[in-house]
Amino acid sequence: MAKSKSCVVLPFLIGLVASIVLGWWGFPKVLYSQKTQPIRFDHIVHVEDQGMECEDCHAFRDDGSFTGLPTNANCVDCHEDVQGDDPDEALFVAEYVEKEREVEWLVYQKQPDNAYFSHIAHKDIECINCHPDVANMSTPPVYFENRLTGYSKDTMKMWQCERCHAQRGTSNACFVCHK
Amino acid sequence: MQAIEFKVKWGMLVNLDKCTGCGACTVACRAENNLSPEVEAGNKLRTNDWMNIYELSNGEPFPHHEVAYLPRPCMQCGKPSCSTVCPVVATTKDEEGGIVSQVYPRCIGCRYCMAACPYHARYFNWFDPVWPEGMEKTLTPYVSARPRGVVEKCTFCHHRFMAAKERARMNDEDPTQLAEDAYIPACAEICPTGAITFGDLHNPDHEISKLVASPNAFRLLVKLGTDPQVYYYSEREWVRKLGDNYLKNDKGGENV
Repeated sequence: MAKSKSCVVLPFLIGLVASIVLGWWGFPKVLYSQKTQPIRFDHIVHVEDQGMECEDCHAFRDDGSFTGLPTNANCVDCHEDVQGDDPDEALFVAEYVEKEREVEWLVYQKQPDNAYFSHIAHKDIECINCHPDVANMSTPPVYFENRLTGYSKDTMKMWQCERCHAQRGTSNACFVCHK
Repeated sequence: MQAIEFKVKWGMLVNLDKCTGCGACTVACRAENNLSPEVEAGNKLRTNDWMNIYELSNGEPFPHHEVAYLPRPCMQCGKPSCSTVCPVVATTKDEEGGIVSQVYPRCIGCRYCMAACPYHARYFNWFDPVWPEGMEKTLTPYVSARPRGVVEKCTFCHHRFMAAKERARMNDEDPTQLAEDAYIPACAEICPTGAITFGDLHNPDHEISKLVASPNAFRLLVKLGTDPQVYYYSEREWVRKLGDNYLKNDKGGENV
């Protein structure tokens, strides 16, 4: 009797552990590909060592729209030529400044085409509520791309937008966020 | 049916005595809202025109014959027929301003809304949009392009509403109390004769709130109870009569 019981329990436990490992560890590995930024941009060097303000690169335009990530035009104010001995800076100057190409930065929160987001409407909320705290990082975090959808793992989900809007008493009408 | 009351209600008034039927509103609308060039514009059952122009005739023989042109955007009905029949909640009227939304990725293309809309303001995408090479540069980035198989319609250039609110916030103004010229759709902006007036129907500072009170202002098919936010204006009685279905020599009616 005892022997037949272990025959049932043991395979069940093995199967359970295998399923958990597969589901929690294996499946995300398969679903998301890991990417790194084309240039290892160091925020700490720029903010703490050079004393730059966030708004020097991420600012509102006069019409209230948000610039998001800076273009080479911002960077070449200082990086027309190589300034230091960081190999990524040399790569940036050689590959992007001299060839006049824009860096294809990976945007962790990039939203689909049908979603509308206004930064100025959310300006009283801390950036790091939604974005990774890159300002305190020397190396940008790894970018996880969903192999099926092509979107970043960190892209805010609709239920997250809706929950915050509901908690703050803001409208959750479709056209508030969709276009 | 219960209708939501909004503090701000965007409305449009087209003066049919000023409209020459030139079609500039249609062109501006197509360019602004990413309507791709028609593959076969001859088949009117397959074309998309958010701002379509109808020709009206008084039916009299020469020399008493008269025509008028009637541009027809989405009426943004106060009690929409479309949103109540949508099985997937892809179209709603729930945002402040009263613009009827249309969320394309949600639409399943069943076309109930098209059957329900008495104004034929809704269009089905029979084809995937194709822009000839180079013309994709004219796309408006603030308007999403629609794939084949979904229904689309005029949104009063909703993206311009969002941009106006951003500008207001930048200038520390109240985004819920926009000035009259802060937000205006592409059709109203381009109209060469100034036939289209746009503004908040509830704001006494906006010209439209005065114009709609005129006895010459009327709406289409009001008898159906859709309560449209688009008004028309004409000093000619036969034009006003064509705004709804009246019996011959009918003396009654709201606007006749």
